[in-house]
Amino acid sequence: MSTTTSPAASVPTARTSVSATQPAARRTRGNKLAQWGFIAPAVAFMALFFGYPLVRNVVMSFQSYTPKTFFTGEAPFNGLDNWRTVFGDDLFGSALGHTLIFTVGSLAGQFGIGLALAVFFRRRFPLNGVLRSLILLPWLVPMVVSGVVWRRILDQDTGVLNSFLGLFGVGDATPWISSPSLALFSVIMVNIWIGIPFNMVILYGGLQEIPKELYEAAALDGASAWRTFRSITLPMLRPVITVVLVLGFMSTVKILDLILALTDGGPADSTQTLGTLTYQNSFVQLDFGAGAVVGNVLILISAVFAVFYLRANRSEGK
Amino acid sequence: MSPRYRHPSARKGTTIVTAPPSGAAGRSRRRSISRTTAVSLSVVGALVAGSVLAGCSQQRDPDVYTVLNSSTDESFHRWDAKTLATCSEQLGIQIEQQSVPAAQLKTKALRMASSKSLPDVLQLDASEVPQFAEAGGLTPLREAGVSDENVSRSTIDFGSYKGEWYGAARSVNTLALFYNKDILDQAGIEVPTTWDEMREAAKALTEGKRYGIALSAGGAEDGVFQFTPFMWSNGGDETDLGSKNVAEALDYWKSLLSDGSLSKSTVNWTQADVNDQFMAGNAAMMINGPWQLETLNTDKDLHYGIATIPVPKAGEDSVAPMGGAVLTVANTGESEREKTAAKIINCMTSEKEELTYAINSGMVPANENAAKAWRAKFPELSAIADQVETARSRTAKVGDRWPTISLALQSAFQQALTGKAGSEAALDAAQRRATSGE
Repeated sequence: MSTTTSPAASVPTARTSVSATQPAARRTRGNKLAQWGFIAPAVAFMALFFGYPLVRNVVMSFQSYTPKTFFTGEAPFNGLDNWRTVFGDDLFGSALGHTLIFTVGSLAGQFGIGLALAVFFRRRFPLNGVLRSLILLPWLVPMVVSGVVWRRILDQDTGVLNSFLGLFGVGDATPWISSPSLALFSVIMVNIWIGIPFNMVILYGGLQEIPKELYEAAALDGASAWRTFRSITLPMLRPVITVVLVLGFMSTVKILDLILALTDGGPADSTQTLGTLTYQNSFVQLDFGAGAVVGNVLILISAVFAVFYLRANRSEGK
Repeated sequence: MSPRYRHPSARKGTTIVTAPPSGAAGRSRRRSISRTTAVSLSVVGALVAGSVLAGCSQQRDPDVYTVLNSSTDESFHRWDAKTLATCSEQLGIQIEQQSVPAAQLKTKALRMASSKSLPDVLQLDASEVPQFAEAGGLTPLREAGVSDENVSRSTIDFGSYKGEWYGAARSVNTLALFYNKDILDQAGIEVPTTWDEMREAAKALTEGKRYGIALSAGGAEDGVFQFTPFMWSNGGDETDLGSKNVAEALDYWKSLLSDGSLSKSTVNWTQADVNDQFMAGNAAMMINGPWQLETLNTDKDLHYGIATIPVPKAGEDSVAPMGGAVLTVANTGESEREKTAAKIINCMTSEKEELTYAINSGMVPANENAAKAWRAKFPELSAIADQVETARSRTAKVGDRWPTISLALQSAFQQALTGKAGSEAALDAAQRRATSGE
């Protein structure tokens, strides 16, 4: 910041400012245009691929959108009919409940085990790198393949899991996915297995960012391992934790492929979630209006959490 | 969803969708706009131009006729290609086969309808015909010129909706009782013909890790397909799920479970899983369809027999569901093309082509003469042909409401089988759910 007030300096400044008024304004306008130009691709992309489908989905939920629509192009508005049908169906309430249990259970398991593994792999020991890459495997397997394989593993009579338990003489007839009271639990377990690598990798990356000096200082102060974890690792990791949890939430709440491959929503609708319900409405019954209603509920839930995420990010920035 | 005639293992789509090249971005730049501005704007231009071009890419080729089916399985795709090559030569036109996985066929066809690029011949599962016909997407076959000569009444009904014939079947299939001859002989047990006999036989054949019977009570169309012969043979009906007859059929399934003759995993099984269990020797009998024959015959040491599905009381008719795909003429609004599509269907359903297809796939030809020839060729499969004669379609009574009823029914029998609710309560709830939208 210059604070010169000598008249000798002020005169030429004044002169240049007068003579440069026109070009400077033009330059600012050019800059503005360039700025908008740079934002434009992102805006166009968002409008085309996010804005349009979103608006369509909301509009569709107020329309009678059936196979006929594809041929005639007409989808008459039917007010709140779709919403009434969906909310009046008992299945919607239980699917909502299952979705919440599934999401909370999956996130707790994935995050807890992922964090424990990340902390574990921070230490130096032989084969560390090999083991760490092996743990990534579930992440590389397509979700549908995992689902089909686990369906075999969890089979009550011929499944590997029950045969294994049989070796110890316990629980060799556990109806993992054939009992409505256990199926949701089993699906959550499989999803935790799938989600651990993602959580571990991101959290492990976050751990590398924490300065070693902090741990050295803590060691000098004689802090216990638990104290070090609570007072250094957790607070320093908070931004990463937020990212992991929010991204995990978004991908878990809309789960569809895993459940379709594993239980198809059964037995007796005990693993029916909002994702499978919208699939059933739209692609089995071809009632796209009702499917859009459930889709909108999912979008709403995700949006609420997106707001939390943005707020958390903003407070980190301060 | 309902792989009656399809191989669920097939996943690979064989349609090749070619995307048009995106338009080159205009690079003209006025001097007053800086270089960076121009670059950023041209990116937007490219995006917009690309998407506009992509939007109007679908055009029907006037010289090529297309057939859309779900023959993604290698052998089925090859068989169909052969048939189409014959027809192409016979009619002097070019025919292209497009195949998409069965579960995606319905939505793919709808998307094509909205972009006015429907195929000329659309193969649908017969249970999907009402939804398309109701939407006005299909041209009545007789109007287009498809011949119904030598096609049985029940096969016409099979592809009809509201009295109008929309779908011509090449072959039909159904369910039957498959049994392991070696196991039954060893135990000295006769092939059951009534519910009581089947229950006793299943109990006697259950031993160690082996169950007496396997069937699919899965929470999808597979499970409902398998429940219908029990429901219908007992006089039950999809128009009244709350009736005593339907509850009795469900109670019969429950009795197999409580005897321990049927695995509790039945609620997770698809029909393909049931076949795996049977082939692995984990079940002495199973309910399944002829589309499994190709797989069953790969095991030379497996000696199996086929019988009609047992009935509640001796002497009653065994009513099984009729399944299979039908060929439809898509309503493209171009009557000349539709007439040619009808000719393609006439060729594909001709006696010779049907017989070839049926021999390959193990399903029963729809043409009565071809069916006679088929029977003579495969005496061991006569039970399937018998079963087809009394079989009925799922949509004959309820039309396009079938998917809703099916969803309600599968939920009900799963609740009853897993002990979540009693048979009658579950079925009453299903009936309410099935009719709530009316």
